[in-house]
Amino acid sequence: MSEQIRSLTAQKIEQARAEGRTAFIGYMPAGYPTIEESIEAAVQLGNNGADIIEIGLPYSDPVMDGEVIQKATAQALENGFRVADVFHIVKEVTSRTDAAVVIMTYWNLVDRMGVDEFSRRFAEAGGAGLVTPDLVPEEAAEWFEASDKYELDRIFLTAPSSPEERVKLTVESSRGFVYAVSVMGITGARQEVSDAAERVVQRTHAAGAPRVCVGLGISEPEHVAEIGSYADGAIVGTALVTALRDGGPEAVGEITRRLVSGATKN
Amino acid sequence: MDTPQSGSTSHEGAFRDQEGPYFGKYGGRWMPESLMAALQEVEETFREAIEDPEFIKELNDLYANYINRPSLLTEAKRFAEPYPGVRIFLKREDLNHTGSHKINNVIGQALLAKRMGKTRLIAETGAGQHGVATATAAALFGLECTVYMGEVDTQRQALNVARMEMLGAEVIAVKVGARTLKDAINEALRDWVASVDTTHYLLGTVTGPAPFPEMVRYFHQVIGQEAREQSQAQTGKLPDAVIACVGGGSNAIGIFHAFLDDTTVGLYGMEAGGAGVDTGKHSAPITLGRVGVLHGARTYLMQDEDGQTIDSHSISAGLDYPGVGPEHAFLHDSGRVDYQPVSDSEAMNAFKTLTQSEGIMPAIESAHALAGAQRLAEQWVKDGVVDADTPEADQKVIIVNLSGRGDKDVSTAATWFGMVPEDQAGRGE
Repeated sequence: MSEQIRSLTAQKIEQARAEGRTAFIGYMPAGYPTIEESIEAAVQLGNNGADIIEIGLPYSDPVMDGEVIQKATAQALENGFRVADVFHIVKEVTSRTDAAVVIMTYWNLVDRMGVDEFSRRFAEAGGAGLVTPDLVPEEAAEWFEASDKYELDRIFLTAPSSPEERVKLTVESSRGFVYAVSVMGITGARQEVSDAAERVVQRTHAAGAPRVCVGLGISEPEHVAEIGSYADGAIVGTALVTALRDGGPEAVGEITRRLVSGATKN
Repeated sequence: MDTPQSGSTSHEGAFRDQEGPYFGKYGGRWMPESLMAALQEVEETFREAIEDPEFIKELNDLYANYINRPSLLTEAKRFAEPYPGVRIFLKREDLNHTGSHKINNVIGQALLAKRMGKTRLIAETGAGQHGVATATAAALFGLECTVYMGEVDTQRQALNVARMEMLGAEVIAVKVGARTLKDAINEALRDWVASVDTTHYLLGTVTGPAPFPEMVRYFHQVIGQEAREQSQAQTGKLPDAVIACVGGGSNAIGIFHAFLDDTTVGLYGMEAGGAGVDTGKHSAPITLGRVGVLHGARTYLMQDEDGQTIDSHSISAGLDYPGVGPEHAFLHDSGRVDYQPVSDSEAMNAFKTLTQSEGIMPAIESAHALAGAQRLAEQWVKDGVVDADTPEADQKVIIVNLSGRGDKDVSTAATWFGMVPEDQAGRGE
């Protein structure tokens, strides 16, 4: 991974490590159910123990998302969410919490605004980096350039199906951390963390990644604790969105405290 | 692996030799990492297979003895009567088994699925033609089959749903998003991410991530190869124009490909203009002209200022897709193919005219191409390029790709032309 440029997400994960914790990364969709409530929910995340907050950009065709997140982002769009609103959200959340803030986005939204323009406005708002579920390094020439220019982290993904040479390419292309997909599938809470997760994390570490965080299917403190035994961070999405849907921003704070209790290493 | 270079707008060498993953600056592989290994496997299997004489032999045998190839090239004399000096020929993909060109690609990819040891096919479908073709191949090869279809389309094409189920396929009505073709593709991709070990995603058009645009084109190239030979045999020359409808663009690229480097042959792609491109209710992404990334490819898209996909509209479910194959985007920019919108009403008039002048009922998709032929022939007559006294050798020849038959569209057409009471009407928007 490229380390010449300061990385806000690397800093946060290393800080958690120094404190004997697994880094905790929580996902919230921008604009769900409204822009103001999504800010409050993200602030709850940050103030209850999340090291990194991942703001999801609602998109019309979210092929990597399960039903809960699909419905939430569709509602945000119905409520009139516009892509440029995310910069206001990021600015608010970075000023009201200590967490690093990344955006999870399908690539066409960035492409449409222009990669440079998007990156500039995001960096100005205090953003740390992008998680790009449908952008692989081979297609990312413009993003490499803009992310270096504006000092943003490039968080690419590795999957259980990734062959060695692709894991290597992903690790070399990423900055901050690598997002290891725990299971062959889409987002959604699952009963157990897949056995495949540990292997993909090991392979990603072995390819030279200093920080690997695991996402997909994590919904319990026990999952967070289990992942902490082999990975550097746990990423939770659907469980948090469900809490927001059913109980509002306060419920996000509660479930974050509960999940983070699994992050402390004995 | 090599890092491909994107961003070029020029092309080198023949148009026919464009391979992907990029066509100029279009195409590519904008897909989740989870699917990259599967896409590589499909690509490697495809490249090996087309160099394997046994595979080609098996494919050609199925083309001839299962699909019914070569398809006829039929002259439509009464349809062409209003345009003296113009001869119009129909490439009869409607006579293929299952009733459209879709089966060419399906048989090819199903053979590849078997070669990869996959036991299950999944597919998306809009009008149902591709779903029916996939269910047919699954029955033929003893594979499991799941077809994703937008809920709106399952309602307007209920008979095709029954047809697929009769063939042994499971049809899943997609109830998210706009509940049409693009959402069926989203859902098929979600299935594939979780099932890729056992399952091949049999994509039905020339879009999607590499190698799909090139591979699907390959299995349809036979249309143009046959048409080129038939034209020479039946008219003694190459046609002056080849016209096809363009949704994703598979039948169009199939018939265009053999003619791409014949500079005397004009190529025309007819997009679905719906209620009119200026109304926003259409499926004409090239005419709209906004480039972006959808379903794995960089291409022209129906999208708003933010990059959100806009719902497409067309009377023809098979053209009702908000993107277009990346090679078409490239052929548009290069000027080799002329893309034009055809409205619902122009298409429906051509549908009726062909049915009543030739006794051939076209799919409404194909009727867009017929309307394009009428437009071009009328222009030639108006400009005095040809007339009733033009000797046969100098007459203009148009080939229209009649990509499918219209049985599936009878209820839509009956509603459009007011032939059924309103409370019993089928799909009629």
